[in-house]
Amino acid sequence: MIETRNIDFYYGSFHALKNVSIRIEPHTVTAFIGPSGCGKSTFLRLFNRMNDLIENTSLTGECIVDGENIYNKSVQVDDLRKKVGMVFQKPNPFPKSIFENVAYGLRVNDVRDKAFIRQRVEESLVSAALWDEVKDKLKKSAFELSGGQQQRLCIARALAVSPSILLMDEPASALDPISTSKIEELIHILKQEYTIVIVTHNMQQAARVSDRTGFFMLGELVEYSDTKKMFLNPEKAETQNYITGRFG
Amino acid sequence: MRKRIRKITEHLMQGLFTLSGGVTSLAIILIIIFLFKEGLGLFRSSEVEKAYVLAVNVSNPVGALDSRQIKEIFDYTYTNWSELGGADAEIIPFRFEDIFSIYDESELGNDYELLPEKLGEVIASEPNILAFLPELYVPKDNADLRILPLRNISPRSFFGGIEWMPTATPAAQFGVLPLIMGTLWVSFFAILIALPLGLGVAIYLSELADERMRKLLKPAIELLAGIPSVVYGFFGLVVLVPLIQRALNLPVGETALAGSLILAIMALPTIITIAEDAMRATPKAMREASLALGATHWQTIYKVIVPYASSGIMAAVVLGVGRAIGETMAVLMVTGNAAVMPRSMFESVRTIPATIAAELGEAPSGGTHYQSLFLLGCILFLITLVVSISAEVISKQPVNKGL
Amino acid sequence: MNKRTKQRIAFAIFRLLSLAVVGILLWILGFIIYRGAGTISWEFLTTAPTDGMTGGGILPAIVGTLCLVAGSVVFAFPVGLMSGIYMNEYAGNGFVVKFIRVMTNNLGGIPSIVFGLFGMALFVNTFGFGDSIIAGSFTLGLLILPLIIRTTEEALKAIPQSFRSGSLALGASKFQTIVRVTLPMAFPNIVTGLILSIGRVSGETAPILFTVAAYFLPRLPHSIFDQVMALPYHLYVVATSGTNIEASRPIAYGTALTLILIVLLMNLLAGLLRKYFGGKVKTD
Repeated sequence: MIETRNIDFYYGSFHALKNVSIRIEPHTVTAFIGPSGCGKSTFLRLFNRMNDLIENTSLTGECIVDGENIYNKSVQVDDLRKKVGMVFQKPNPFPKSIFENVAYGLRVNDVRDKAFIRQRVEESLVSAALWDEVKDKLKKSAFELSGGQQQRLCIARALAVSPSILLMDEPASALDPISTSKIEELIHILKQEYTIVIVTHNMQQAARVSDRTGFFMLGELVEYSDTKKMFLNPEKAETQNYITGRFG
Repeated sequence: MRKRIRKITEHLMQGLFTLSGGVTSLAIILIIIFLFKEGLGLFRSSEVEKAYVLAVNVSNPVGALDSRQIKEIFDYTYTNWSELGGADAEIIPFRFEDIFSIYDESELGNDYELLPEKLGEVIASEPNILAFLPELYVPKDNADLRILPLRNISPRSFFGGIEWMPTATPAAQFGVLPLIMGTLWVSFFAILIALPLGLGVAIYLSELADERMRKLLKPAIELLAGIPSVVYGFFGLVVLVPLIQRALNLPVGETALAGSLILAIMALPTIITIAEDAMRATPKAMREASLALGATHWQTIYKVIVPYASSGIMAAVVLGVGRAIGETMAVLMVTGNAAVMPRSMFESVRTIPATIAAELGEAPSGGTHYQSLFLLGCILFLITLVVSISAEVISKQPVNKGL
Repeated sequence: MNKRTKQRIAFAIFRLLSLAVVGILLWILGFIIYRGAGTISWEFLTTAPTDGMTGGGILPAIVGTLCLVAGSVVFAFPVGLMSGIYMNEYAGNGFVVKFIRVMTNNLGGIPSIVFGLFGMALFVNTFGFGDSIIAGSFTLGLLILPLIIRTTEEALKAIPQSFRSGSLALGASKFQTIVRVTLPMAFPNIVTGLILSIGRVSGETAPILFTVAAYFLPRLPHSIFDQVMALPYHLYVVATSGTNIEASRPIAYGTALTLILIVLLMNLLAGLLRKYFGGKVKTD
């Protein structure tokens, strides 16, 4: 479960997130939508503290994952990231073999048992619906895969370390329609085991894959409700305008 | 009218620009021509000093000797003709000036006009003699004397020889192997020292340093690159050399170690700058992917960033080696310059550039010594050409995909 | 060992290594400054060496080095500048440019002693200049040519295309655009490169050994066909082969410090120039 309370976030003096509070239930898919620059990606990247990498940022408020404020000093950020996996906008496999890409997260977390690694790699590739396509070429470079396959590889890579939450930052924006629908199907299946938070600029995609949707604008969470309700009967006029394409 | 003048000026300037563009290529071509013209002349030169010959008694069946054999005879290393395919008899090496210990100057005539005749007598009377004479004084029509055929200096004796004695008479020794090995030896250890240090600093600069530290370190490294090599040499001479001598209790401090240390410092800026650039060029996506999987920053560095930057780092190493191999003054001042095969870090060695710098001033223009130094220059030129080109090829190499 | 402990150790090592590099620099600079400061004086800089180079000053060497700097820059700067302009503004991106770039890189990688050999063969012997300022200047000029070309090219490359288009759209010719728009904007960076090459020229020893440098010549040069003393070679001489090495140590320290000061000054100048103009050039 993820919960944020009164999050404010700044890039230097730019106020990127304004007093955002949200509750995300386990085993659901939550989509964040909104015009570009609205803060949805920034918000997503708070959950695994990816924003730490950007210099000169500041944050107030609480971000609680599984009952613990992840911005507490006692929290080890690498442990957190193991628990909260992430898939990026563009497929970003390492320049390594398919097998080593998936095994990477295990290896950096000091897993040495080779049989276990092999097993986890296979399970993860199966979960990411990629196993049948790559099982005969695990030693081949990940760069030989197509864009859609690379993105599923990145999903498998994230699953291999057994996270409970999976963050997806516009995971299909760089892909063709067929690859996109494969990723969407995958999200449906993965929901059984993982809590998924996805950022998308594609409203149809949000409508198709998510249970709940949050609409961001200018750093504020304008509306957050069940996806069906949001798209059929939004409460706020801004949401209505955005969804019907009058804005953004 | 004004327009036409302007147009002509523009064409003229464009021509000038184009010409200037060709200057570096022209310089390279000229360097190749002049270096190789002088250098390769060595292999067309006789193995003994110019205008000198070797003569034996006609009864001696020995054939052409190579320069090493000639030198060893006059060094009394070979003492018996049987070692060289002749009869079992002691070799009597005879230098031209030895004649003055046999005959009084007055016996040789006022203008030494009797010198050839007397030389002929000496050679005729001594069947086991090997005489080294100026062509000018070779006795004419002496049936008891045979001039040995002379070979030219061979590439084999140059590249395979292990003795560098370019001023030895009668036969100078141009064995370049100790110099090549000395150069590689010193450079190899320099890089061995500089690589971990440089890589560490490059990692620090590209990954860890904040703006303040970068602002301190970058100019420091630039300055390190800007210090003239002769100042490095001087520093090595007055600080490192005595330090090494005392700390390791050596007879002299001018050692390969001193050279390697100074060269390591000098190669650092090259290695740091290029390796840092390469690591900075690693895409953000790679870094984020690794961190998002729970890798620590350090794991990300050595498992993703360094491998990703490996071709750039290799190029840095290659260029660092190039810099070390070509460095002249610093090495000249601290390595002691003994032209022997390097065996340890604690003995004196001599490199190719140091040899050129130390000897060219004394080598008569056009002589074999002069030519041999140009040939050393050719070797250096070729090495650095290989270095430049391989650095280029390596750094353009696509990221290692297979691993 | 825990991965975080490993990280801590690794990062501590890198920090230490970086400090070590700064330490080495400070050691070298500090040593030379400490030992040389006592020698350097107005008199030291303005008198000729005396007593077999164990006394007096280094004026002829300073003048010689200035001559060589001036000579090599006069030759290399226009040629390098024009070559850089050709590469970036005229040549496009075909085979010729790639070839020239490879050649320029190669020239930049050639060891300085090889330049010395070449300069001796071409300028001293073939052209018959003898050991002279002009032979040394040409040799040093060739040495810094790649540096000047590269910095010119980079400075020009940093000028956004839009400025050129703007000028061309107003009917200016290509040459006018270069002279009036591109070059003035790129000039600070080009001059930075020039300053760094001046630093380089003043410290090079190997190329001048056989083309110009005089072991001991207390008078000042009269023409470009004269031999001169030069600071780096003078340091080499008094450090290794003077008449009385121990007695000339102070002179050596003073000469080394003079060289270091030149390099420091050039780096400082270049840094200031970069700082002052850095923001103005990168308008995009």
